[in-house]
Amino acid sequence: MFDITSFIQRAIVQSIPLLFGCTGETITEKSGNLNLGLPGVMYIGAISAVIGSFFYEQSLPDPSAINPALAVLIPLVCCVIGSLLMGLLYCFLTVTLRANQNVTGLAMTTFGVGVGNFFGGSLISLTGSDIPSLSLSASSGIIGQTLPFADSLGDFGKVFFSYGFLAYTAIIIAIIASYVLNRTRVGLQLRAVGEDPATADAAGIDITRYKYVATCIGCVIAGLGGLYYVMDYSKGIWSNDAFGDRGWLALALVIFTLWRPAVGIPSSILFGGLYILYLFIPTGTDLSVKELYKMLPYVVTIVVLIVTSMRNKRESQPPASLGLPYFREDR
Amino acid sequence: MAQSTKTPLIRISKRPAVPTKTKALVYAAAILLALVVCGLVTTLMTGLDPIAVYATMINGAFGTTRRIWVLLQDMAMLLCVSLALAPAFRMKFWNLGGEGQVLMGCFACASCMLLLGDSLPNAALILVSLVASVVAGAVWGLVPAFFKARFNTNETLFTLMMNYVATQIVAYFVILWENPKGSGKIGMINQSSQAGWLPVIADSKYLLNIIVVAAITVLMYVYMRYSKHGFELAVVGESVDTARYAGINTSRVIVRTMLLSGAVCGIAGFLLVAGTNHTLTTTVSGGLGFTAVMVAWLAKFNPFGMIASSFLIVFMECGASEISTTFSLNQSFSDILTGIILFFIIGSEFFITYQLHFRGQTKAAQEATAGKEA
Repeated sequence: MFDITSFIQRAIVQSIPLLFGCTGETITEKSGNLNLGLPGVMYIGAISAVIGSFFYEQSLPDPSAINPALAVLIPLVCCVIGSLLMGLLYCFLTVTLRANQNVTGLAMTTFGVGVGNFFGGSLISLTGSDIPSLSLSASSGIIGQTLPFADSLGDFGKVFFSYGFLAYTAIIIAIIASYVLNRTRVGLQLRAVGEDPATADAAGIDITRYKYVATCIGCVIAGLGGLYYVMDYSKGIWSNDAFGDRGWLALALVIFTLWRPAVGIPSSILFGGLYILYLFIPTGTDLSVKELYKMLPYVVTIVVLIVTSMRNKRESQPPASLGLPYFREDR
Repeated sequence: MAQSTKTPLIRISKRPAVPTKTKALVYAAAILLALVVCGLVTTLMTGLDPIAVYATMINGAFGTTRRIWVLLQDMAMLLCVSLALAPAFRMKFWNLGGEGQVLMGCFACASCMLLLGDSLPNAALILVSLVASVVAGAVWGLVPAFFKARFNTNETLFTLMMNYVATQIVAYFVILWENPKGSGKIGMINQSSQAGWLPVIADSKYLLNIIVVAAITVLMYVYMRYSKHGFELAVVGESVDTARYAGINTSRVIVRTMLLSGAVCGIAGFLLVAGTNHTLTTTVSGGLGFTAVMVAWLAKFNPFGMIASSFLIVFMECGASEISTTFSLNQSFSDILTGIILFFIIGSEFFITYQLHFRGQTKAAQEATAGKEA
């Protein structure tokens, strides 16, 4: 009936893009930038990886000649460059030109999703195949390579070891981010920038640099979520709009975790579980109820948002200057 | 004479007041630049000369009478949602939930048409659907507003999440009411009886929508510019403390403004379902709620300015979609072009609000003033 092992395993697989997005966005938001372009950034991360990998695979005489190191590196580097550019664009508009963050973010989402679907669609038509999707199975087989002993350990192996290296990277990045934010001077200064930039500025912290660096790092991490999604989760198959609303879900997750990356690890698995719960609930022939289950992650987020604002505890609030531009002479 | 303090190469200061002419010039320059970049991008991707690209775009937007109607209809719908968001934004309440509010309006309208289609006379049915849509949209706006007013809950994130709750509610009912069974969608509602469909005037099913939105534009302008409510929400937007000091009940203003915002979104939903689409899908609002945020922002929440900004966005969409069909590109091309235009306009705001002082220039300016004084 309810296969708990496979449920957990699939929840974790679902959770990884969300975890990347959540960690990235948390770092960004800690600097006071509310990047609503996150879905766009994740799309760009995914499509950059696909483009890099596509041209690499096309350049090979046959798929067996693939170089494992290059097959991993090319999409990875492309993904990092793509999402970094998006981060720079966001920073240039909101930090240097002090544009409104919400509007810039939404424009970036429109743009990013457009770029993703446009190039995805163009590459699909380049291959001339009949199905509206693009398959990069050779590269994805290498990126999604699981640990060799995963199969021999039964359920234990399935729950803990049946993922590609990017899944473990996501968890490591979340732990590092948590450590840096809470235990180091850089993290303290970053949080100061997000809470009260004027005070941080007076203390000699370079606001512009912190905002730029935090946002760009955040975007790169979020972009990796796109890379994981397309090259590991969906086995190198790109089809337009398949990424869905995961970007927004990652934004919801940031609120749910109350801006704590380490909490993001279990929370993202919970969200991943909620996201696929409808597949595991036996509803018989009534398909409509499944749609209501898909609402769960968002409802849970709203409840968390309300409860934290009602309790009004200082440590569970968003960064105080979240969404506000900083202009030194504006005091 | 010799100054020891270091002047930075570029210094930024806020402009005191900006004449409308300068504003218009900066915007025009930004749009022009954006169009040039869009042309370049298109040329790079299609290998065509930019002039042909622009010609195709204009043809896509105005080529035939039908296209002009579609352009006006799309513009009207986008404008309607932008008008709904404007008062909330003026109050600095970031209502990103337009999408959900429109969707709930669509849902309420469609359910009235489905459930009451046979039992009510047409005029009564239309009236009931309208009221239901307005109430549904308003309720969807009220929920985040209530928590904002009561507990200062972050409205940006709250309204954003409400969109997806609305989407899933609609998805649930779409499958529940699917017609024919197993298709996963609701076909045309009341196809044969046309119950609940808005009347077609002057042979165009779009005209009524356009007239309604035009009326809303004027009303919204008057509301925001000349009414006491409009003044109060502007004060709340400028400074909550000032508003409180002046004796304005901020909670009430927030709730009232969001009720209005949601209600107008509900009207947009009503127009979409009863006026043009006559069906309900999860994508019936098609990202209007998000695009409207940008439209409203670009016009600085001025209802008449929004006519221009919604025209610009819809023109780009129509034009880009024509490019994609003519040169067999992907439909998403319009999103890229819209994105580029938005980036330019967003960036251009900086040059309206702020002034750049270059090191040499400042000195020259100082000398000039010193010369005048002497």
